[in-house]
Amino acid sequence: MRKKPEYGLLIDYEYCTGCYACQVACAQEYQWPAGMGGMKVIEVIQKLPHDKGYISYLPFPTELCILCTPRTRKGLDPACVKHCMASCMKYGRIEELAKIMADKPRMVLWVPRSGT
Amino acid sequence: MASEQKTQIKQTTTWSAGPGCHGGCGVLAHIKDGKLVKIEGDPDHPWNQGRLCSRCLAMTQYVYHPDRLTRPLKRTGNRGQGKWKEISWDEAFDLIEEKMKNIRKEFGPESVIFSMGTGRDIGPWICMLAYAFGSPNVMFSLSGLACYSPRIAAVETVQGDYCILDAGQWFPNRYDNPRYKVPECLVIWGYNIPASCPDNVFGHWIIDLMKKGTKIITIDPRLTWFSSRAKKWLKLRPGTDGALAMGFLNVIIQEGLYDRDFVEKWTNAHHLIRTDTKKLLREADMGQEGSPENFVVWDQKREEPAVWDTKELEYKSSGVKPALEGSFNIRLDDGREILCKTVWSDFCEEVGRYPVEKVAAITWVPEKDIIEAARLYAQSKPASIHWGVPIDMTPAITPTAQAITNLWCLTGNLDVPGGNVISRFAFDAVAYALPGAKGVIKLHSKEADKKRIGADRYGPLNKFIWRAQTDLTFEQIFTGEPYPIKGMWLQTCNPLAGIGLDPKRWAEALKKLDFVAVVDLFMTPTAQLADVVLPSATFLEKDGVRTWWVPMQSINKAISVEDCKPDIEINFELAKRFDPDFRWNNIHELFDEIIKPSGMTYAELQQKGWAFPPEGHPSFPYNRFEKGLLRPDGKPGFQTPSGKVELYAVLREEWGLEPLPHYEEPPFTPVSQPELFKEFPLILSTGRRSPVFFHAEHRNIPWLREIDPDPIVEIHPETAGPLGVGKGEWVWVENWLGRGKFKAKVTIEVPPWMVMVPHGWWFPEREGAEPSLYGVWESNANLLIPMGHQGKDGLGAPIKHLLCRVYKVSKEEKDHEKET
Repeated sequence: MRKKPEYGLLIDYEYCTGCYACQVACAQEYQWPAGMGGMKVIEVIQKLPHDKGYISYLPFPTELCILCTPRTRKGLDPACVKHCMASCMKYGRIEELAKIMADKPRMVLWVPRSGT
Repeated sequence: MASEQKTQIKQTTTWSAGPGCHGGCGVLAHIKDGKLVKIEGDPDHPWNQGRLCSRCLAMTQYVYHPDRLTRPLKRTGNRGQGKWKEISWDEAFDLIEEKMKNIRKEFGPESVIFSMGTGRDIGPWICMLAYAFGSPNVMFSLSGLACYSPRIAAVETVQGDYCILDAGQWFPNRYDNPRYKVPECLVIWGYNIPASCPDNVFGHWIIDLMKKGTKIITIDPRLTWFSSRAKKWLKLRPGTDGALAMGFLNVIIQEGLYDRDFVEKWTNAHHLIRTDTKKLLREADMGQEGSPENFVVWDQKREEPAVWDTKELEYKSSGVKPALEGSFNIRLDDGREILCKTVWSDFCEEVGRYPVEKVAAITWVPEKDIIEAARLYAQSKPASIHWGVPIDMTPAITPTAQAITNLWCLTGNLDVPGGNVISRFAFDAVAYALPGAKGVIKLHSKEADKKRIGADRYGPLNKFIWRAQTDLTFEQIFTGEPYPIKGMWLQTCNPLAGIGLDPKRWAEALKKLDFVAVVDLFMTPTAQLADVVLPSATFLEKDGVRTWWVPMQSINKAISVEDCKPDIEINFELAKRFDPDFRWNNIHELFDEIIKPSGMTYAELQQKGWAFPPEGHPSFPYNRFEKGLLRPDGKPGFQTPSGKVELYAVLREEWGLEPLPHYEEPPFTPVSQPELFKEFPLILSTGRRSPVFFHAEHRNIPWLREIDPDPIVEIHPETAGPLGVGKGEWVWVENWLGRGKFKAKVTIEVPPWMVMVPHGWWFPEREGAEPSLYGVWESNANLLIPMGHQGKDGLGAPIKHLLCRVYKVSKEEKDHEKET
């Protein structure tokens, strides 16, 4: 039977500024060639009423994300979480992160492929 | 495991090439066998607390890039032919020494210009070299010096010292320090977050503050990340910031939202202005024994004039009750009676010329939004204003910056926790002459400074900004008047691709010169026109010192890369050759002298990494004007001619410029150029920042280029539709000066009446020799911007508000491109 995932990444996308530090931190950690990597930042620009708009960015863990197991085993945060300029990413056990999600809106919890 | 133990970790500070930014982040460089294998943010560093931006995280690709210059190069073909020969450092130094000494002998040292971009740590070292050579002509190469120093000079004209957003950066424990207050409201005026961290503020501190409850007002024509999340977003027409600031002042004064105590106690609001000459009344006007440096108020108690003594910073008579408002007849020395009015009356009259409906018509911001934003700012305590470079990028920069400065002064937000806090160099340790500060590195004599281009014509350049005026220097290369320009030393400077407006003319200018040396890390379009190119180093390959503003930090050498040399070492060697009296033996001796006011040696600083000035030091906040910490004489007040915050700027009066803040319509707008506007019906704004590039750098770093691969023009769907422009299509952006090719991002980030193009685009992957010059003429925003439109005080340039039209790149052009 497939092992159930235990760990994930909590993103507070209200504060993600689209600085791409997570994406490059991952590329550096694993020396991925350009075009590959465990983290991709997505941009969403939404028109709102009254001539307003809203820009969101969202770090997305790709199929290459291994949740930085070599780092977390040593007690370090994943490279993306560590360098996030807006401090809007959190690594942890899924249940713990889910509890934090109840604190405020505009959050998303990723459980990547390797969250086991 | 064994191999991991061999990795050494070296602590250092970012500044200069590498991330390219204005620095301040503490980093840990992981070094294995003398090579950088990884870089991380230093979790213990109070500036970035372990965070790090994409550009710094890409350092391994930058440092060991296959195209990195690693040996000095000497040109063997014609300029621009792309033919080079590697030479040794000794040969390079000998060649430069000979060529430059010949120019000095024949034409004088001022005939060589020392040209920098946004200098970063190179500022002091390029001054050191220029001054050792004997030239006063150090040039920040942007038209009108339109980045930061105009704002510094304008603010100092009003309040004697510069100030910045308070994000607790003066305390090691930052937001947790009990003296710190989180601003209730922050006005973000023409600034976006793209991790470029300009002006010595870590951009994401603002995110920290937002999480702690700071409400945001943004002033920006673009929908930005901040304007998405702002309580108020004022979408103003580019270049009308001065009118908006005057409108805010109007609301604040009309509604009595200003801090009357501050106005009465700390500004020159009471000083009298003569209505005949429109100048300040001086004590000397009333009697020959009076000082021309003293000002006059109307004493309501005695119903007679009283003198404000600017040496003692007190009235000459006791118990003076100065009138804040009104007009008074004053008898002059010659017996005439002259009507005078207070600065406050004059100031309010000027502000009164900007009623909200007029400001709305100028700025295109609805009246309601102007009023509500002004109230939110003025009623929040504390409140702060953080501004970006668009403020500098208009010819009327100074009156604009004055108006904004008056906002934080009148609302009592100057040098208070969470407000706009006076920023001095940490420990008052100053490396070189920046606006408002004279450093360790200086010209040998005042005499040598007399030849500095523009210093005789422009007040701020004579008083605060120790640089050659760029537009005048540029013209002088072509005219040779009043003296010929024969050589140029360019360091951290790429005017063809980045900092030069009208860049094709920059290429002509460089070709006119007898000798051009470029110091850089990679070949650039500009370097292709040099005679000699020297390979310099990233911040990881050098020792350095950084004291603006806090903390004081050392840059600690972690690695060496082939024959690359740090800028300071290149300049140090040549300075010794040019100046027989050059007084330092090695760079650490120089650093020791720079940081001497701190009581530390450079070796001690390197041990500590960083140091904060102690409480009670003039470079430590708050309320220093009350404590007598700002003036050399130790008296409470400011370092201005009157000792006060000058709502009416004495220096501006002395320079023959309008002393009060006001608005001037920029030169190329739909309002100032209605005829041109018919032909070029879109407002062109330039310089949108990228999170992964610093100005003209980083297009060659794969991890970064992947994120921002093409030069983009942002165009609104309603504008793109009728032009037949779809997402991702290539278009020409054109005006009467030239055109550039950009890829359309059809987006609501820009209003329908404006397009935005980024600056600094060239293609390091393309042919370097002319005519290509790495494709620098293809997507270069500066081809559409003229030189020579600096403001009346030599500062500012119209970079954010021009006119243009947009049309699709034709099929023929695309086919032609495929063939070539």
